[in-house]
Formats: sequence, C-alpha cells, structure tokens
Amino acid sequence: MAEPRTAAFVRHDQLPPSPPPAAETGVIKWLRENLFSSVLNSVLTLAALYCIYALLSGFLPWFFNGVWDAESVRDCNEQMGENRGGCFAAIEATWRQMVFGIYPNDIYWRPVTAFVLLWVAFAPVLFQAVPRKLLYFTLLYPFLAYWLVWGGTVLIPVLALLGLVVGYVVYSRLVDQSFAMGFLGGVLAAAIFWWLSGFITSNAGDVLALREVATRNIGGFMLNMILGVVCVSLSLPLGIVLALGRQSSMPIIKWICVIFIEFVRGVPLITLLFVANVVLAYFLPPGTNFDLILRVIIMITMFAGAYIAEVIRGGLAALPRGQYEAADSLGLDYAQSMRLIILPQALKISIPGIVNVAVGLFKDTTLVSVISMFDLVGIIRGPILASTEWNGVYWEVFGFAACLFFIICYGISQYSQWLERQLATDRR
Amino acid sequence: MTSITDPPQASFRLSMLINDTRYRSLTFQFIALILLILFMGWLANNAAQNLEDLGQDISYEFLGDPAGYDINQKPIPFSSQDTHMRASVVGLMNTLIVAFLGCITATVLGVAAGVLRLSNNWIVAKLMSFYVEIFRNVPVLIWILIIFSIMTFALPQPRAFRGDDAQASMLFDAVAFTNRGVFVPRPIWGDGSMVVVATFILSIAAIFFYRRYAKKLLFETGRLLPMGWPSLAILVLPTLLMFYIMGRPITLEYPELGGFNFTGGIQVRGSLIALWFALALYTGAFIAENVRAGIQAISKGQTEAAASLGLRPGRIMSLVILPQALRVIIPPLISQYLNLTKNSSLAIAVGYMDITGTLGGITLNQTGRAIEAILLLMLFYLLVSLGISAIMNVYNNAVKLKER
Repeated sequence: MAEPRTAAFVRHDQLPPSPPPAAETGVIKWLRENLFSSVLNSVLTLAALYCIYALLSGFLPWFFNGVWDAESVRDCNEQMGENRGGCFAAIEATWRQMVFGIYPNDIYWRPVTAFVLLWVAFAPVLFQAVPRKLLYFTLLYPFLAYWLVWGGTVLIPVLALLGLVVGYVVYSRLVDQSFAMGFLGGVLAAAIFWWLSGFITSNAGDVLALREVATRNIGGFMLNMILGVVCVSLSLPLGIVLALGRQSSMPIIKWICVIFIEFVRGVPLITLLFVANVVLAYFLPPGTNFDLILRVIIMITMFAGAYIAEVIRGGLAALPRGQYEAADSLGLDYAQSMRLIILPQALKISIPGIVNVAVGLFKDTTLVSVISMFDLVGIIRGPILASTEWNGVYWEVFGFAACLFFIICYGISQYSQWLERQLATDRR
Repeated sequence: MTSITDPPQASFRLSMLINDTRYRSLTFQFIALILLILFMGWLANNAAQNLEDLGQDISYEFLGDPAGYDINQKPIPFSSQDTHMRASVVGLMNTLIVAFLGCITATVLGVAAGVLRLSNNWIVAKLMSFYVEIFRNVPVLIWILIIFSIMTFALPQPRAFRGDDAQASMLFDAVAFTNRGVFVPRPIWGDGSMVVVATFILSIAAIFFYRRYAKKLLFETGRLLPMGWPSLAILVLPTLLMFYIMGRPITLEYPELGGFNFTGGIQVRGSLIALWFALALYTGAFIAENVRAGIQAISKGQTEAAASLGLRPGRIMSLVILPQALRVIIPPLISQYLNLTKNSSLAIAVGYMDITGTLGGITLNQTGRAIEAILLLMLFYLLVSLGISAIMNVYNNAVKLKER
C-alpha cells in the first residue's frame, strides 16, 4: 500500500490556544466582574467614585496648602493668601498641651516612660508568645506608673504593693481551709499592713522622691489613657463579681446585682459623671474631700463593670451545662469550680465582647470634658480654642484628636479580631 | 439482712450556718443584706448631715418656680417666665426629637452601609468599610463637635443671601443653610387639612389590608397579586385627590430674609443638626456591623435551598433570608437605639437644650438642687431604657425559634 496520504487541508499539529478575549482577562475582566456587572452595580460604582472625588477634592488642596510654620491663626491666613488650607501650625504649637495637658515641661520623660512600659506590661497579657515571667512586671506596673506620673516618695507605691503581697501570703495560707476564709484573711491582713504603713510614710517622707505633680495638672490625651487603662483594669474584677452574682442561686445577692447592673446600664455615663462631680460629695462623711479624678474613676469603673458583667454573663450562659455538672461531680466547691473550670472558659468566650466594651469605654473617657476636666477634648475646647493665637482652628486640632483616638481604637479592634482567629483555630 | 435506716437527725448547731451548704447561702444573704442596709444607712446619714450643715433639704418645689432662662429650640411654647417643670418637659421633648430623628437616620445609613459592605463591588465595599471604621473608632463627642463646627463656621451668614449677586443661595428657594441654623418651610394647616391627613392614615391602613388580602389569596388559591405598584397607588392617589377636593388646605410658609436673619419657616438650629447627624453617623456605623453580621449569620445553604425551590432572587431575600437575618439583627439594633438615646445627652456639649441641658444643666446650676435634679434625670433615662428593653423582650419572644 502506498504510505498514508494526507490531504492538504488536514492539520498535523494542534493550533496554539488563542488568547482569551480582551474583555475576559486582567484588569478589564476584574472591572467587568467587580464594578460593572449590572446596571445597578455600575451606578453604585460611579456614585462611589464621585464620593471619593468629592472627598479628595476637598481634602487634598486643604492639606497641601496647609501652613506648618506660623505664630498664630492670623499669621497662617496671611501666609496662605488666596489658597484655602489648613493651619497645621496649630498642631505643631499645641500638641504638647493636647497630649500632656499642663504637665510640667521638663519631666515629660516620666509619662513617656510610663507609656512605653505600659506596652511591656500589656505584652504578656495580650500575646501568648511573650515569656510568662513578664507577668510579674505586669503586676508591678500599676505602682511603678503611679510613681512615675504622680511623683512623690517611692514609699507609697512600694508599701501599697507590699500590703498586697502580705494579703496574698495570708490568703494562700488560709485558702486550703476555705476560699471565703482565705479571702477575708487576706483582705484583713492587707488592711492592717496599710494602716501600719501609714505611720511610716507620714514620718519618713521623701525616700527616692520624684517631684510631685498635682492631679489638676494631668490632662490631655494622657488623662484619657489613664482613665481608660485604670477603669478597664478595675472594672474586670467588678464585672466578674457582678456576673457571678447575677447567676447566683441566692435571691438577695442576685437581685442586688440585677438592680445595680440594670440601673447603671440604663442611665447615660454623663449623669454618672454629674453624680461624681456634684452629688457624690453629699453622700460622703462631712469634711472628706478627695480628688475629682478618683471620683470619676469610681463612677466610670462602675459603669464599665456593669457592661462587662453583661458580656461575661453571656460567656457563662454559653458554656454547656455539662461543665457545671462536671465540676460539681468532681466534688469541687463553688469557689474552686468557678476558679478552675467555669471562669477560664467563660472569660475566653467573652474576650471579643470585653474588648468591645474596652474600646467603647476608652472613647467615652472624652465625656469627662463635660464636667470641665481637661482631657484631650476638654483642652481643645477650653484653653486651645479660647486662646487668642489659635481661635478658629477647628479642623486641624479636632482632626488631630480624632487621629489619636482612631489609632488606638482601630489597633485594639484589629487585635481583637486577630485574637478571635487565634482562639478559633485551637477549637477546631 | 441489713436494713437501711435513716441517718440520725442531727440537731441544729450554730456552726452549721457556716459549714452546712444548706444553710450557708442563707447566712451569706443575711450578711449581704445587713451590709447593704448598713451601707445605705451610712450614705443616707452622711447626706442628712451634709444637707443639714448646708441648710438645705430635699424638696421638689423648685420645679414650680419660674425658670428664668430661655430655650432656643422649643417644640412647645416656652418663655423664661415658665416653670422649671415646663423647661424640663421642653428638654425631654427635645431629647425625644433628636433620638427619634437619629434612630431613623441611623437605621437607613446603617442598613445601606451594612448591605453595601457585603456587595461584590470592590470600590463600594471598601468605601463602606472606610465609613464604618472611621466612625466606629473615634469618640462620638468629637464627631458632634466637628459637625457642630461645620454648621457654625463653614456655612454662610444670613446676610450672605442678601442682594442680587448674593454669595449664597437657597436650595430650591425653600431651604436656607446658614450659620444660624437651617431654615426649612413650615406647613400651614388650613381648614380641612385634617380630612387630608385622615385620608392619608386611612390609606396606610388600606395598604395593610390589601397586603393581607393578597397574602390570603396566595395561600388559598395560589394566585399572586402584584404588591408594589398597587400599594404605591393606594398610598398616594386618595390623599392627592382629597388634597385638591378640599382646595389645597395645606400650604407651605417659606423662610424669607428679613432684617439680619431669616423669618418664617422652621429654624433647625446647628446644634440639633450636629447632634442629629453625628449620632446618626456614629450609630449607623455600629448598625452596619450588626446588619452585616446578621446577613452573614444565615448560611449559604439557605440561599441555595431557596433557589432550588425555584424562588427568584428578590423573593429569596424577602421570604427566606431577611426573616432569619432580622432575628439576629433586631436585638442589637434596639440596643443601638438605646445607646443613641443615651448618647443624645451629649447635647450639653453643643448647647442643644435636651433634658440634660435643661434639668441637669441650667436648672441644676440655678437652683443648686443637685440631688433632686440628677435623680429625676436618671429616672427619665431609666424609664426610657426599661421601656425599650420591654419592647425588645416582647419582640424576642415573638420571633424566637418555635422549636418542637
């Protein structure tokens, strides 16, 4: 036979694949699928683009025409001339006030150190990877920070810390007998220690004394940070106690907690701050007069405690009934089962909620400006906008304040989402 | 054979109050109660002592005294000769007004942003998450102050509207944005306007009945009546008809420039607008997150199951997804309304006279009745909160999964 013949019109090799149509590749495909897939979508895209254009066309010229170096707002306007721009020199001139309040200039290093150490102290709480040994520093931190920010003799924080240590030692001796006894014994021992140490501080005044700073000089963003950190830390134990109380089978305890929580959650924080400002003095023994900042801390702590209690109650309710029964069947008493079995799990479930409350609370610390404390907002509305130099510079300073809060709050919420992912993986 | 006897009945000993779990809770409660009573007694005693030292007493008679101050934004007539009581009521109404406006605006914003944030459209989704993040992470007080400074310093003065080549002009010749507030037309209710309003209310009821009838027909016969355009027609046509039959009884009074300011129309102060929009934008960002979480909580299987039953996308949304998502969305939504109402007390920062500004602000400062004023203030907010919680419980019970 003849060798197979192939017609001229039969191909031997396959055609190379032709490139996909231009509308189905790369940027165009992405645009078609994501931005212009339907009429409605196209309208939305165009509207969004217009929004972005409107925002940027307002913001960019204002930002780039801004004046960064000027004496006062009048100086700013002269330098800008026809162009409308921001007077960022106001931030340049007043950022120290906005961050530190009227804290003495030459000792800024003290709050700055306290702020840096804050992160060291937080690190082992926030991240599992950090060595556990650092937790001792976390326990030490509040006393160190108090000493750094307020100054005075180092004896006060040291003795306060020692009192806690004494209380803890007594507690750990007695807790084998019963939790209640250990707790009461610890509190009593600490109280006695503090009472005795009062004599020491009043006699030997200035060991390692830093210059004292009056509370009214502490302001600006620093005050917001102090209020936020202190109140959140204090409100956690309060919240746990209230949540456990609300779950309790003892009706009187339960109703005390329910009434407290619902009352505090039902009123705005401002009214509680009014209470701290004008009413609380009526209910204290005649002649007592303690710092406004302390009264405010008590009120904000109560406020945050009630909200955290509700979050933790959610966590307690979410635990399967079997966990409670398992603890009972192991023969643990109430304090043991809560401490060892229920709370570790319930707190873990409630972490995202607690972080939300913490962010909300941190933002709410600006409300103290309403009772004329000079926190960040207070100092902007008071001394800065009322000053002759910077009267009328609103956007720049409020924008600066908004940025400070945004950085912290956004950071915390991102951390919370990261933590949620961490916790979700190990349950899978 | 062994027989089980009852354990010997121990007689009650005092130490059992601590050591016996049966009695221990009673002991604890008793101690707690005593401590609470002692604490309250201590507070009351201090208060009595302090008030005596200051020569004051607890009395609410100050509510009947003339207030002596004026309120710029008043829904009901008020002059400085009226009592503190009336000033508080004006403040209370102002609180409710801003809360109501804020809740509606926040819901619209929040639902839109929440849905759009889930959209496939990249730009829109990013824009919405920008909005949500920026408003959620900055204190509402700062937003109120920022918007207030826009209202006060960025808007033109009334005199800028004067003259032929005015720098500013009114929107549709009806709405004027000035630094003294926004002036909008005021409706004038002439004779017979009540008939028009009644027709309008009746037509809303008619829509309700029409929809119920259509649903009944659908369930009984399977016939599907159109819903959209008949509802719209029932809503608009009878009212419009009645409006012309009665000879156009409702007219608008437009704001006009007279002297140094606008006269006529309704003046909505900058403080109200700042508070309203700041609260709405802020709460809207939170509502957007709730809406997004609610929609995402419905598993994709529900959509697919509905699609495999042959439902069209619109019906999948309205019949399958939304009823389930709403069960997740509504409880946090209501608690956001509650937050908005409580945050409206920040009005005091921009001088909007809500109940915190009247009763807790000027009245308190003028009369010095701190305890009474703040007690009343807290009571008001507490009542609002408890009322809203009660509504929420009713709703929760209504939509609870009916499990077998």
